[in-house]
Amino acid sequence: MSQEADGQKVDTRKRKFLIAATSAVGGVAAAGVAIPLVMSMMPSARARAAGAPVEVDISKIESGAILTVEWQGKPVWIVNRSPEMLELLGKHDDKLGDPQSEQPQQPAYCKNPTRSIKKEYLVAVGICTHLGCSPTFRKDIGAADLGGADWPGGFFCPCHGSKFDLAARVYKNVPAPINLKIPPHQYLSDAKLLIGVDAKGA
Amino acid sequence: MSALQKVMGWVDDRFPLTATYKAHLSEYYAPKNFNFWYFFGSLALLLLVLQIVTGIFLTMNYKPDAELAFASVEYIMRDVEWGWLIRYMHSTGASLFFVVVYLHMFRGLMYGSYRKPRELIWIFGVLIYLALMAEAFLGYLLPWGQMSFWGAQVIVNLFAAVPFIGEDLSIWIRGDFVISDATLNRFFAFHVIALPLVLLGLVVVHLVALHEVGSNNPDGIEIKKHKDPVTHIPLDGIPFHPYYTVKDIVGVIVFLMVFSAIMFFGPEMGGYFLEAANFIPADPLKTPEHIAPLWYFTPFYAILRAVPPMFGSQFPGVVAMGLSIVFLFFLPWLDRSKVKSIRYRGPIYKTMLALFIVSFIGLGYLGLLPSTPVATIFAQVFSVIYFLFFLLMPWYTSIEKTKPEPERVTG
Ligand code: HEM
Ligand code: FES
Repeated sequence: MSQEADGQKVDTRKRKFLIAATSAVGGVAAAGVAIPLVMSMMPSARARAAGAPVEVDISKIESGAILTVEWQGKPVWIVNRSPEMLELLGKHDDKLGDPQSEQPQQPAYCKNPTRSIKKEYLVAVGICTHLGCSPTFRKDIGAADLGGADWPGGFFCPCHGSKFDLAARVYKNVPAPINLKIPPHQYLSDAKLLIGVDAKGA
Repeated sequence: MSALQKVMGWVDDRFPLTATYKAHLSEYYAPKNFNFWYFFGSLALLLLVLQIVTGIFLTMNYKPDAELAFASVEYIMRDVEWGWLIRYMHSTGASLFFVVVYLHMFRGLMYGSYRKPRELIWIFGVLIYLALMAEAFLGYLLPWGQMSFWGAQVIVNLFAAVPFIGEDLSIWIRGDFVISDATLNRFFAFHVIALPLVLLGLVVVHLVALHEVGSNNPDGIEIKKHKDPVTHIPLDGIPFHPYYTVKDIVGVIVFLMVFSAIMFFGPEMGGYFLEAANFIPADPLKTPEHIAPLWYFTPFYAILRAVPPMFGSQFPGVVAMGLSIVFLFFLPWLDRSKVKSIRYRGPIYKTMLALFIVSFIGLGYLGLLPSTPVATIFAQVFSVIYFLFFLLMPWYTSIEKTKPEPERVTG
């Protein structure tokens, strides 16, 4: 195909080809610039390397009390559950979203009724599975604002009202869809807990 | 020829200075019946300039570093000469920007300003609104207080609710696995340069589109239909300058009086313009007792909370929140009425618009409160009305009997 322009023959096929070729090369160049820019927004090598395991002395946590430590920039709770708390833990499975911890929110060695290695110690990431607020520790059994006599103690998220029990399991009919995460952890001794790595062979 | 004329002539040969002045001011003809509601466009422009100027001066002392940010804001408030005034101008300006833009948008709804041929003015407007919300959200992280931190945490996690790519998307936005120094630093970059550029560009195309078709007016009729046969000037038009420049200055003066009253007597506005929890430095281990977004986001926040999680995912709520804004884009095509202005519409549209406004304000109020079962039901009712305003619009605007529009603008 060709057409006349100013008395000169214009080769439209050649023109179309040149437009297509230059646009394609330009497009590749634009993508070539965009990719590094977009990738530069991913976590840097330093951010990826952060999050070394944290060692915690748990001998000072009184029965029924909580200690919050920072691991990978997130709060991790360690609750020393009292015998009474443990006693109540098995009695409200019907109100929970995932009482058997079917969702992979814990290492295999914590897929048990107390979601822990040692019965007393709950170790959980204190970040709500809804939109990431940090729930408040509400150990006051029977708290009027949390369902009264039925409240066995647990965690309440102030942001949109999600509730969790003392094994960090989510209640039904709250915004949070799944149980709180149990981080990989191990006991170095009776008093020393290491958060962030599984025990060898586990 | 005077010296000034010579200089102007020299410039005009090289740059269309006089032509631009005429086209957009002295010979730009606006309807002569503008009322109170037409102040808000120029006030929005004023606020845009104010935010940019005060922002530049805040940047001179602010430090976008998680270790230093909170203290640098306190330093601006206490030690920098007039720093408190600059900060309060910026924070009061942000909230009033939304007041002004909401009134500006409401004007558009009342007078059908989004209708043909002003669809693009409206669409650019909605884009401005989106950019403005992004700008405000990014800026709110900068003081690195408790509300800054947890507000950003919740909003960024909304992106994590997107199926499949959500988790990676939220990590990409944060630049880290949690809200951290990297997040603060990039939000700073977006807040001080990227989004202001986008906003400026959008405002330019908004006004170019406006001046191409000309302003609507409270009667919702086109003044270009009746032109002087000789001069071709719309009979109901008056030159923007001096008539509306002077009128707008009156609006500016009244507005600045309100602005100053807030800034000097109640810059926190009882926690609505600056939230109490934000006077505590960010603590990644502890969420404040009650978190609520700033007032101008609460209607959308209430819609988000009104939608229960489905299939173990928060995504439906996020979609509803997104749709509540997406519908605005389609307004020009949803409205089938024969008339534009509320003055000539029938009772159905007036009722629907009233319900819509009540729902929007109701949602805004509920979004400030902690969620309770009763509040959630109210939020659900209001959300349904909000969406029905749009979804039923093609129907109720086409069946409604309207009053005849006048040929020429009325008072
Ligand atoms: C930075 C924010 C904004 C600025 C600086 C701005 C500026 C203006 C100005 C100066 C005018 C002409 C004066 C007036 O009619 O009041 C105008 C008109 C208009 N604006 Fe905006 N605007 C902004 C945001 C918006 C938004 C968010 C919307 C809607 C979503 C919008 C929709 C309109 C419409 C429809 C008109 C034409 C009104 C008519 O002719 O009746 N604008 N804008
Ligand atoms: S973040 Fe916990 S309920 Fe929403």
